[in-house]
Amino acid sequence: MQTVYTDFLVVGAGLAGERAAVEAAEAGFSVVCLSLVPARRSHSSAAQGGMQASLGNSVMGEGDCPDVHFADTVKGSDWGCDQEVARLFADAAPIEMRRLAHWGVPWNRVVPGKSIYYKGGKQYEKVEAKEKEGLIMARSFGGTAKWRTCYTSDGTGHAVMCTMDNRCAEKGVEVHDKTEAIALLQDGETCFGVVARCLRTGELRVYLSKATMIAAGGFGRIYPNTTNAVICDGGAHTMCVNTGVVPMGNMEAVQFHPTGIVPTDILVTEGCRGDGGTLLDVDEKRFMHVYEPEKAELASRDVVSRWMTHHMREGHGVKSPYGEHLWLDIRHLGEEHITGKLREVYEICTSFLGVDPIHQLIPVRPTQHYSMGGVRTNRDGAAYGLKGLFAAGEAACWDMHGFNRLGGNSLAETVVAGGIIGRKVAEYLEGCETEFKTGLINDEVGRQQARIDALISGANGSENVYKVRAAMQEALHKGANIFRTQEGLEKCVAELQEALIRAKKVGLRSNGKGVNPELAAALKLEGQVRLALMVAYGALMRTESRGSHNREDFPARNDRDWLTRTLAYWKKPEDTLPTLEYEPATTVVEIPPGDRGYGHSQIISADDRKE
Amino acid sequence: MSRLLKLNIFRYNPEDELSMPHMQEFVLEETDSMTLFIALNRIREEQDPSLQFDFCCRAGICGSCGMVINGRPGLACHTKTRDLPGEITLLPLPVFKLVGDLSVDTGTWFREMYTKTESWIHTKKIFDPTALEERMDNKDAVAIYELERCVECGCCIAACGTARLREDFLGAASLNRVARFLIDPRDERTEHDYYEIIGNDMGIFGCMGLLACEDVCPKHLPLQNQLGFLRRKMGITSLKRLFRK
Ligand SMILES: Cc1cc2nc3c(=O)[nH]c(=O)nc-3n(C[C@H](O)[C@H](O)[C@H](O)COP(=O)(O)OP(=O)(O)OC[C@H]3O[C@@H](n4cnc5c(N)ncnc54)[C@H](O)[C@@H]3O)c2cc1C
Ligand code: SF4
Ligand code: SF4
Ligand code: FES
Repeated sequence: MQTVYTDFLVVGAGLAGERAAVEAAEAGFSVVCLSLVPARRSHSSAAQGGMQASLGNSVMGEGDCPDVHFADTVKGSDWGCDQEVARLFADAAPIEMRRLAHWGVPWNRVVPGKSIYYKGGKQYEKVEAKEKEGLIMARSFGGTAKWRTCYTSDGTGHAVMCTMDNRCAEKGVEVHDKTEAIALLQDGETCFGVVARCLRTGELRVYLSKATMIAAGGFGRIYPNTTNAVICDGGAHTMCVNTGVVPMGNMEAVQFHPTGIVPTDILVTEGCRGDGGTLLDVDEKRFMHVYEPEKAELASRDVVSRWMTHHMREGHGVKSPYGEHLWLDIRHLGEEHITGKLREVYEICTSFLGVDPIHQLIPVRPTQHYSMGGVRTNRDGAAYGLKGLFAAGEAACWDMHGFNRLGGNSLAETVVAGGIIGRKVAEYLEGCETEFKTGLINDEVGRQQARIDALISGANGSENVYKVRAAMQEALHKGANIFRTQEGLEKCVAELQEALIRAKKVGLRSNGKGVNPELAAALKLEGQVRLALMVAYGALMRTESRGSHNREDFPARNDRDWLTRTLAYWKKPEDTLPTLEYEPATTVVEIPPGDRGYGHSQIISADDRKE
Repeated sequence: MSRLLKLNIFRYNPEDELSMPHMQEFVLEETDSMTLFIALNRIREEQDPSLQFDFCCRAGICGSCGMVINGRPGLACHTKTRDLPGEITLLPLPVFKLVGDLSVDTGTWFREMYTKTESWIHTKKIFDPTALEERMDNKDAVAIYELERCVECGCCIAACGTARLREDFLGAASLNRVARFLIDPRDERTEHDYYEIIGNDMGIFGCMGLLACEDVCPKHLPLQNQLGFLRRKMGITSLKRLFRK
């Protein structure tokens, strides 16, 4: 069996992983990134809209600064975030965007003079300043006070991913693609690498490292309807959960995006609304301004998704063979805008729907989009529970997003966190001596091989991996969606516990040889159900509504009892429920909890706390 | 009544000593808005769980799912079955190393390309975190992005006669990559530097100009213009070199 040694092992070659890799490589350390797919296919490249940084170059961004960005982020999080981290983020974001420009990102730039833009379906005019010509331009996004989202047409993620991967090639960062990490190597105290499965041959391989980072993106695929790529399946999270000592933070905080297209749930960017697109109901009437007079379509995602679902429940949805949906209207933006700044949207509509958005309405519905929860880390990106283990990007709960992340704040997080945490990893490596315990390594490899053999021989049973996976997804869809109730969540937890029993009895139907995809799915299934239980059980216990977490039976945001972050552990393999613990949402308070200015009506104040 | 689709799919698992390359037929009932992404996943989940193929974004933006669809390289995820006849033949992309069934190794090929073309900005300037960003004309930014839209699906390479004949031919995607840096004002390489990379038969002079590449490019990159642009530039550069000697 092949063993690879490196100073720094990054599980994930998306933007967060590669940004951290560059930082450590520049500090002189050897770095290997693992990825299921060639780095540029990582889901970061799917991001269309853009990334937030308070450069304030556009006339509509005038007066913007890190303080305003910070305030928007904290409000967006519904005061669920770590304010110290949000501050680090807001301050560093402008520098990171400029650095990306230096490395090669072709940001759209300020063009001086008059131009028109749309808001709420109405046309307005703006004049960009001559002295800002050629600086990085920004567009409008939901939940932000200023135009702050830097972009490259509507292929921001793709453009930044290309630049980052080029930078990795230049700095000698190795990317081992078609490689799947399946288990952490650890002794309960320190992490020293992973066991991985080669997706070219099916062989197991050992990676030994002084520092290991989880930068494996989101886990949206545990839901049936999601904008996420098929590789966003939480496989790397399950490695952490399975250790019993690494907690996941705020797993119940799952974001639903307002505009997934029907039926395939492919995302059309928030930029559509940012650029002036509107949401219409079955009568082709706008409705968002009725619920949210101030922000209308541009309230934060949790709020827009909720009102859309509400409006459909009130009987204003459009009926279709795939269930109800609403319309997104961008027709008034005109052909040039749609085929230029929104070209990906145009292509998605024409290629996947057969809809021409210049003349026709786009069918949309809220769909799973982003995982605020993930591997809980401190502000240096070090994971709780194991020394030498770090996490960054969507996979992590670093926690600048709290219970709802703003559009454009995630892509920005990947590079900002990747940079900050990459430097912390380099510091850690500086004085680091590790012992690689061969006995432990052999045991872990043996354990993984035994799992594989059992799945192939059907020693545990003959449950069908795809059917069990579908049962898990359906349970979450019904019980842990945009609106949640005690009854629905209890049922969901019970169904997931049943799925957990079945997941332990999976047996393959194929021979499992080589790169067998059925084996890959089976290896992570039990861990995925554990993740799903963390989502559902965390949601059941949290008796309030905050950001994306909406309890119909507890509509108020309860700062008195729930200004906390959930930590979910899977302490013993035979457990049937996660163990939940709580910690304060933030230890540093720059902005005390208050009204977001959109969305909420009821707040139970922290001042009501009885001492 | 919906159609019954007949899919003939190339099968071979190099890691299984009993496996022989062959075509296998699957029959599937067509549903509304069905794409090859939906069809192949249904076959895997309901008929043969060992079937290997690559999808990632399933939205036409990551380039994972290049394959030869009824004789033509293309992205499977944004191919709707209703645009195809009832009998569909699927083969893996040629040129790239086969991983199994419809899955090929594009990652290794493209990584070698980054090294050969030195696919990064070459500049002596050092980033100053305290300074404003350097200005750039929006027109330049848009033109660079236009070429950077390549998703490295490999379709243009698979369709290229020269690439099939000679392993060391750079191919349209790589030449396009060179053009992307050539027009970037931030890159300080000269035309002579580029000539070292592409001014030969492995590069721009190996291209036969039949333009199969542009025909199949799912992102509609202007490959034809780029190849012409590079050929002119490199032609002039090679003349200058002749006279210099
Ligand atoms: C359709 C869409 C549009 C979006 N648009 C925007 C936007 O406009 N602005 C914004 O701010 N955010 C946007 N987001 C969110 C944002 O793109 C992601 O949160 C972010 O890119 C995540 O980056 P990452 O580096 O954390 O992970 P990813 O880019 O998802 O990378 C994960 C990496 O981990 C690897 N990996 C996973 N599991 C394993 C394993 N077990 N072993 C080895 N490797 C593994 C993968 O191969 C991949 O390389 C969007 C998201 C979606 C789904
Ligand atoms: S034009 Fe050149 S690069 Fe394109 S397919 Fe023909 S030979 Fe290949
Ligand atoms: S140039 Fe076009 S066909 Fe070639 S790899 Fe890029 S996207 Fe694919
Ligand atoms: S799966 Fe991403 S392009 Fe087809």
